Amino acid sequence: MTKRPVRFYQVGSFAVGNRLLSDEERTVQSDPDRTNSIDSGHRACQGCGEALGARYALDAAMRATNNQLVAVNATGCLEVFSTPYPETSWRIPWLHSLFGNAPAVATGVAAALRVKGQSEVRVVSQGGDGGTVDIGFGCLSGMFERNDDVLYICYDNEGYMNTGVQRSGATPPAARTATTDVVGPQPGNTFGQGKDLPRIAMAHDVAYVATATVADLHDLEAKVERAMAFRGARYLHVLVPCPLGWGSAANETIHVARLAKETGMFPVFEAEYGVVTSVSKIRHQTPVEEYLKLQKRFAHLFGKNPRPEIVAHLQELANRNIARYGLIDREETPAARHASTSEEPA
Amino acid sequence: MNQRPFAITLDVGSSRSNHTGSWRVERPNYVNRLPPCNNACPAGENIQGWLYEAESGDYEAAWRTLVEENPFPAIMGRICFHPCESACNRVQVDEAVGINAVERFLGDYALEHGLRLPDAGPATGKRVLVVGAGPAGLSAAYHLRRQGHHVRLVDSSAQLGGMMRYGIPAYRLPRAVLDAEIQRVIDMGVEVMLNHNVDDIEIERESGRFDAIFLAVGAQLGKRVNIPAGDSARILDAVSFLHEVADENPPLLGRRVVIYGGGDTAMDAARTARRLGATEAVVVYRRNQEKMPAHVEEYEQALGEGVTMRWLSTINKVDADKIVIEKMRLNAEGFPEATGEYEELGTDAVVLALGQDTDLSLLARASDIEVNDGSVQVAENLMTNGRGIFAGGDAVPAERTATVAVGHGKKAARGIDAYVRGATPEPVAKHALAEFATLNTWYYSDAERTQRPELEKVRRQDNFEEVVLGLTERNALFEARRCMSCGNCFECDNCFGVCPDNAVLKFSDGTYEFNLDYCKGCGICAHECPCGAIEMVPERI
Ligand SMILES: Cc1ncc(C[n+]2csc(CCOP(=O)(O)OP(=O)(O)O)c2C)c(N)n1
Ligand code: SF4
Ligand SMILES: [Mg+2]
Repeated sequence: MTKRPVRFYQVGSFAVGNRLLSDEERTVQSDPDRTNSIDSGHRACQGCGEALGARYALDAAMRATNNQLVAVNATGCLEVFSTPYPETSWRIPWLHSLFGNAPAVATGVAAALRVKGQSEVRVVSQGGDGGTVDIGFGCLSGMFERNDDVLYICYDNEGYMNTGVQRSGATPPAARTATTDVVGPQPGNTFGQGKDLPRIAMAHDVAYVATATVADLHDLEAKVERAMAFRGARYLHVLVPCPLGWGSAANETIHVARLAKETGMFPVFEAEYGVVTSVSKIRHQTPVEEYLKLQKRFAHLFGKNPRPEIVAHLQELANRNIARYGLIDREETPAARHASTSEEPA
Repeated sequence: MNQRPFAITLDVGSSRSNHTGSWRVERPNYVNRLPPCNNACPAGENIQGWLYEAESGDYEAAWRTLVEENPFPAIMGRICFHPCESACNRVQVDEAVGINAVERFLGDYALEHGLRLPDAGPATGKRVLVVGAGPAGLSAAYHLRRQGHHVRLVDSSAQLGGMMRYGIPAYRLPRAVLDAEIQRVIDMGVEVMLNHNVDDIEIERESGRFDAIFLAVGAQLGKRVNIPAGDSARILDAVSFLHEVADENPPLLGRRVVIYGGGDTAMDAARTARRLGATEAVVVYRRNQEKMPAHVEEYEQALGEGVTMRWLSTINKVDADKIVIEKMRLNAEGFPEATGEYEELGTDAVVLALGQDTDLSLLARASDIEVNDGSVQVAENLMTNGRGIFAGGDAVPAERTATVAVGHGKKAARGIDAYVRGATPEPVAKHALAEFATLNTWYYSDAERTQRPELEKVRRQDNFEEVVLGLTERNALFEARRCMSCGNCFECDNCFGVCPDNAVLKFSDGTYEFNLDYCKGCGICAHECPCGAIEMVPERI
């Protein structure tokens, strides 16, 4: 992992920047001359996690490739809010085709670049969770199998947001969407269904698979940089809260993403050639309620007719993630964990 | 002929033509809030400000920011009871920032590097008399000199420093440090008159043609109580006892010493007695540990040095080689009441540390000055009812600490400056408090406080060497970096990074600005600002 050890400052390694860090130690996002791959004036909702996640990831990819980058985009919010013809927010070479074929288009772009001998130009393909885990899944799996030289980035907002918040294969159990109403004994999305795409990607034994959230910029940037160090098919799955579809406050987008990780609901890890190589430990373990309560899509679990058994079920899923990825070191104290990544006085 | 590529009918435009700022119902605003440490500092120091400088390793800049308000960092870093640390927001994360230790480090750094205080201001021709060369008087002299007034500083003692010299023992405040920091103020051009008793303030004013006076005479008289005592009973008061020790003329106490009282002076007297060779130093106090006014650090240091405590006890009689103690109990209101149970305690001397009074005989002719309960009454700007006469420090009703006195000196100087210029003092505007709830502490690393080393106990017993030692540069820097910069931007770039609309502009001088053409008002920047330096305000629609 290429994460740089950050020295202890007022905010340690968690904030975007620090006036006392050298330029090399700073995040891409703290650079006043960052690419801003996606420009101001886009039509994403207030507090959109996807707009933020896309800028974080692509700006980092631009730095990692020395600005030699092409992006291919599936249909979805990201495409629609950025590019209402003839205007666009993209400040990088960018192609759009269809909802379901972005990985295949990216394969073609990579092949064309190879034929032209322009192997220094790298390809990123991106889409929402619907475009990735559902309709584009066949193309993506093929891209993995062929090991095409593409980094695929999924911006997971856990639903088909662009068309009005329908359920996708990445929607969590119990969540309300336009197609999973809160009726019957199991209100909201069904337990036991859906797809865990990072693990499916790992099963393809591709060079690099990682998850990230918009709440940890340092981690996300390090993963993009790491991904770009490999050739062949790679997969990055970024959790991007959607204030509109989740019913969360616009100003809490990052906070909600942070809680997804701190509760264990969304495990953050990376894997190489099918083997997990590192995980982002939980720093302040939080019960899932704290995460769920901030989102109206889970409102039916609380309030007048609370459903503690459903909350408990979700907590079990979080616990399973914690156990599966080892998200908590039982024997280590938080201070000891911190000491391993920072400079402490003797 | 069509110049466009196949199937393209319109030129590509940028989304920047779409001013999404029009969606906004709230706008972000950068603010400065008052950090709780600054708010709690009796000397009004900009603690967050100097920690910010220290964080970058620019100790001189940090020291300069500090001495804007208080010219005695090396002294304060040793004797201040640091209410800032009790108020520090970091208490709610792990432990308070070691503000006092960093202050001392900066003070020592400045002494070591010979840093000089700012120059005196251009002469105004106004003359100010400062009576009393303790922390209040010296602080006033410093600020008055910066304002350009002539200052005559008079004191009845042989040396400068007041209670910092004659009340605080050298193991807490080494004399070299005290002398050096005082000298720096005197070097700004203060006229000093020592061994000078002011008998009548009006005569003093007329003969010196002073435009204003600052009374900082302190509370130098030890309170006495009537305890039946045998002829050869040895009873001293703590103030004179400590004064004589400071003059290097310590009185003979004997082996067993009883100290009567429960404040910091009692602890100082007890610890001093141990150093002068007393094998037993017993503090007798009529209430219990919880009600004791002494600061807990002082108390714990005393215990560590072998001082013992007799709680809930009063002294009823003193004889040559023993005292009689009556046991007390606390009633429902927490007041001690007698139990009628007595006990004898062998002792060679009793030191009374029961509080201090102010000697106000110099005000005999200044009849318009109001004195209440032994304290001079003052207005908000520290002016008394007497024309051009201000008062501060232990002589006025307030908490009696050196830091409060330093704050009074500054405030009085401001009041005097306005008075001699015939202006009304401008009220100092205060920002809203940077409450813990305004912070996002996720961003601060877990970092426990660095403790200050202490002189080993065996090495304290027979000397006045300094007990609490300083931080190394490395530790001081670490400690400064634990500050969360409550309510004031410290350039962490979070707002610049987290805006989904790239509506925060970052400039090379470390400042930021909102680009309201594109800010949709989502408020993520305010939520993710670690130190609470952004507020959201409703947009007028
Ligand atoms: C073949 C096809 N079916 C349906 C659509 C309509 N459609 C456009 S975007 C979208 C949902 C996108 O969801 P997701 O991929 O999760 O992206 P998000 O908008 O949530 O970012 C749908 C159903 C389409 N464009 N093409
Ligand atoms: S964290 Fe820093 S600014 Fe906040 S109260 Fe403590 S010392 Fe003051
Ligand atoms: Mg989606």
